[in-house]
Amino acid sequence: MVGASLAGLSAARALRSRGFDGRLIVIGDEPHRPYDRPPLSKEFLAGTASEADLALEHDDEDLAAEWVLGTRATGLDGRARTVRLADGREFRADGVVVATGAAARTLPGTEGLDGVHVLRTLDDALALRAELALGGRLVVIGAGFVGAEVASTAYTLGLDVTLVEAAPVPLAGPLGEAMARVVAELHADHGVRLLCGTGVRGLTGRGRVQGVRLADGRTLPADTVVVGIGARPCVEWLAGSGLALGDGVTCGSDGRTGIPEVAAVGDCAEWYDPYAGGHRRIEHWTGALERPDLAVAALLAGGASLPAVPRPPYFWSDQYGVRLQFAGHADAADGVTVEEGALADRSFLAVYRRAGAPVAVLGMNRPKPFTRMRRQLAAVGI
Amino acid sequence: MIPACRLADLPRGEAHRLDIEPPVSVFHTEDGELFAIDDTCTHQDASLADGWLEGCAVECPLHASTFDLRTGAVGGPPARLPVRTHEVVVEDGTVYVRLSAAAPGPSPCVTSRPVRGLA
Repeated sequence: MVGASLAGLSAARALRSRGFDGRLIVIGDEPHRPYDRPPLSKEFLAGTASEADLALEHDDEDLAAEWVLGTRATGLDGRARTVRLADGREFRADGVVVATGAAARTLPGTEGLDGVHVLRTLDDALALRAELALGGRLVVIGAGFVGAEVASTAYTLGLDVTLVEAAPVPLAGPLGEAMARVVAELHADHGVRLLCGTGVRGLTGRGRVQGVRLADGRTLPADTVVVGIGARPCVEWLAGSGLALGDGVTCGSDGRTGIPEVAAVGDCAEWYDPYAGGHRRIEHWTGALERPDLAVAALLAGGASLPAVPRPPYFWSDQYGVRLQFAGHADAADGVTVEEGALADRSFLAVYRRAGAPVAVLGMNRPKPFTRMRRQLAAVGI
Repeated sequence: MIPACRLADLPRGEAHRLDIEPPVSVFHTEDGELFAIDDTCTHQDASLADGWLEGCAVECPLHASTFDLRTGAVGGPPARLPVRTHEVVVEDGTVYVRLSAAAPGPSPCVTSRPVRGLA
């Protein structure tokens, strides 16, 4: 198992629950045992959840795994199934699961400037939390889920928050433009400024950041800057491994790669999506939780298993006390209608349809009907 | 005993939440059995009454952790800790809950309790 976050842990659990009783080695570049990342932009950043709350393993859980943590994998020989580590060690295995995740994108030229943060890891969150505690003006570059949640948390901590987004509407890809607009209004509801269609030219300050220079010539003063412009799959270490690499490790619809004994799961993998008719990297927590079991089943079966059908993509976000939940494929819809509640109340269920059939669902503070519709999507194979 | 609701008002496959501290929910299974458990998922703050009832298990609406209604045990991740179970009594068509003597578990992270609409 190369990768010790949710996808790697889920794969390790799946191996044991499916009866694999051989030696199991879990390699992770972070020094920590598996922890939950979603709270890093929310409860953990706000200071209401501790490091112990983030643990993903049960207190009495014993996977009988050997944990090799704090060491990066630097290479894979696919044919020999040998993983090389940065500290010179090598592990040869009968099967390899690649679960190395993704890394936060950074703004070029901002290295070494204090007060500039990304948020991906526990250590990132600890550093940002300490900085937010000082208060002041926060500029968040990128209004995707991480950016929006950091803005929401910083707002509750009393900071003066501005979001800068390059696209005309943030999250229009995953949510569709109409609903993305409604979700983006949550910022204005709370007096958080959102500047859309605004590029960033660079940061100002010497030693420490002082402002964000925008493409339109303005400069936003800033005491702290968070860069939330997405993540790239951690697959550089796989160059020369024999694995096909696109936007991540290219896999079939069951997570297996071109090398039968190697599977890839989680944020580093682009699985074939029969629904979209192409390979897609799904960066959702639930994908990292559920899909490793499919991949492990295929790996153990050595190709004898039936092609698996993953559940529809699902994600959630908590912003300003509002719970957002989304499942399905917004880009497949020809229309979206509010079927319960009202947009203005920030409490509604919106169903995306194509030719009358539901293909996706968005809920704002409507968990019960949302869950029903999500099940319905799964039942029809969305 | 705490009165929860009329049995006639709780169809099979549905749940009723008691807004006590901590909240408790009564589930009426498709097989006609009644169970009461702590309502809040032990993983992150979500109401299990809003979840999906399947047999004697309820799936959290947020991350799909499952809990066994009979024992409160975790049936599926990401939750790590069980919920408490409570006794259900039906008298004269009213559903009552007799709360467990066990101490409530620690609250999950609670900063993001959903608000119903905005002020």
